Amino acid sequence: MAETAAARRPPVGLRLWLSGGWLTLLATAALLAPWIAPHNPLAQDLMLGRLPPVWMEGAEPGYWLGTDSLGRDVLSRLIHGARIALVVALVAGGLTALLGATLGLLAGYLRGRTDGVISRLVDIWMAFPPVLFSILLVAVIGPGLTAIVVAIVLIDWTRFARVVRAEAMAQGAMDYVASAQIAGRSRLSIMLAEILPNVLPTVVVLLTLEMGIAVIVEAILSFVNLSIPTDDPTWGGMIAEGRTSIHQAWWVLVFPLIALFLTVLAFSQLGEGLKDRYDPVLR
Amino acid sequence: MSHLEVRNLSARLKRSGAPLLRDVSLSVEAGQAHGLVGESGAGKSMIGKAVLGILPRAVEITGGTIRLDGTDLLALPPAERRRRIGAGCALIPQDPLTALNPSRRIGGQITDRLVDILGWTPAAALARARALLDEVQIADPDRTLRAFPHELSGGQRQRALIAAAFAAEPKLIVADEPTTALDVTVQKQILRLIARMQAQHGTALLFVTHDLGVVSKVCTTLSVLYAGRVIEDTTVRAFFAGPHHPYAAALLAATPRCIAPDTSLLPVPEAVIAAVRAEVERGDG
Repeated sequence: MAETAAARRPPVGLRLWLSGGWLTLLATAALLAPWIAPHNPLAQDLMLGRLPPVWMEGAEPGYWLGTDSLGRDVLSRLIHGARIALVVALVAGGLTALLGATLGLLAGYLRGRTDGVISRLVDIWMAFPPVLFSILLVAVIGPGLTAIVVAIVLIDWTRFARVVRAEAMAQGAMDYVASAQIAGRSRLSIMLAEILPNVLPTVVVLLTLEMGIAVIVEAILSFVNLSIPTDDPTWGGMIAEGRTSIHQAWWVLVFPLIALFLTVLAFSQLGEGLKDRYDPVLR
Repeated sequence: MSHLEVRNLSARLKRSGAPLLRDVSLSVEAGQAHGLVGESGAGKSMIGKAVLGILPRAVEITGGTIRLDGTDLLALPPAERRRRIGAGCALIPQDPLTALNPSRRIGGQITDRLVDILGWTPAAALARARALLDEVQIADPDRTLRAFPHELSGGQRQRALIAAAFAAEPKLIVADEPTTALDVTVQKQILRLIARMQAQHGTALLFVTHDLGVVSKVCTTLSVLYAGRVIEDTTVRAFFAGPHHPYAAALLAATPRCIAPDTSLLPVPEAVIAAVRAEVERGDG
């Protein structure tokens, strides 16, 4: 039986392979950054400033993607920047999903007054301009990784709450929930054992999208210099620095942009791919 | 003594106050099948839901009693009421597509009640579930226990749901239009199965349907409902011999028959509808 179920599932598509592959590559690079980065990402050498990537004229061997205006190796900085990007994606994405999905599940299943309070809160919350809100938060908490994570969680939990609420409501109207009620099961048990497994595929898809968003938000905050206060390289910070020398050294700006683009795309495609494969309604 | 006895049950919509059930009384004897008939919106399902304690939030009960085995459920504290309903009642739902949790295996869904309420060990419960699947004539019980709902056909799902309903030997089963969502050939088998299981297990059955033909096959007594009021409460034999109430008679006359396939279908005459409506509303005053 297990075999036939597995056989009926669509094969792992190109989409899952590509997105999963890029994210695995990124995670490996982030984990092994100190060992695989060809240079110290912070080491400056003004003699080697604005070296172009290896395939261009005037390149220096060993500096694959060139150097920025302070002579720091772009590839090494990209690899180290992946650490912060992925930590933010995982921690901020995960916490956002946890907070939003919990509130959405409560609102959607319990309905009534609980729903009223949570839904109004979501409405009010969503009326806040998010960028201003995050800048305000970072200003209050002080820049740093914690501030970024808190800002992302506090801005984006409504996305999960809304969708999960609607989904939980739809599931709550199903007859299997009525049967569980007749059997005298507690509301908590019905919520966790009957409804949660059926909203989980939706949460996973949203989570992957949210991870992409978290990477972008981190980059935006780095760009406006509200992210990590130390010299630790971040993709957003690299983009901000690269902007000033775009005409002399486009590679300083373009490579972190490509990394950012691919990562966000990979997260969203991973979500879509997983949904196709594991959603009980679609399968 | 009747196993289920509903007396003067009234219910209405909370917000508008519109009446949904008006002084409904009916009783189901232990081991008997009672049909609940009426057109859409007459309140048939509402009675089943009230008995099982799963009325929608927007509906409130305004009076009456629901006695299960002599105890008035409505007078009990909610926790005790849920416990009693859980131990003594089960539902065979209308739509087998939404009545099984898509992300859980069939086995677990049949054994839930045995493990949760009766405290069986999972192994014993699973053995019982297997025997039940045999009893409802599912071809490959072992495979079905491990299957997810989407791997079964509609008829198989309804059989699994019937197995689940009978699993904990409830004294009362409410069947809410259990064959409406199935195709005609399967309907017949499922009806026969429900009737046989009900007789063998000696369960009281409250059978909600809009189909008089179905009632004649499964039930011994029936109530006809119009706009939330019982307008005829009689035995199936007496009803088909000649109903008393003009609306019930018109409803029976409107049922298509094989005897005269060429005659066009009869609607319930408008005069009869107007009369029954007036009568029901007179009863409110």
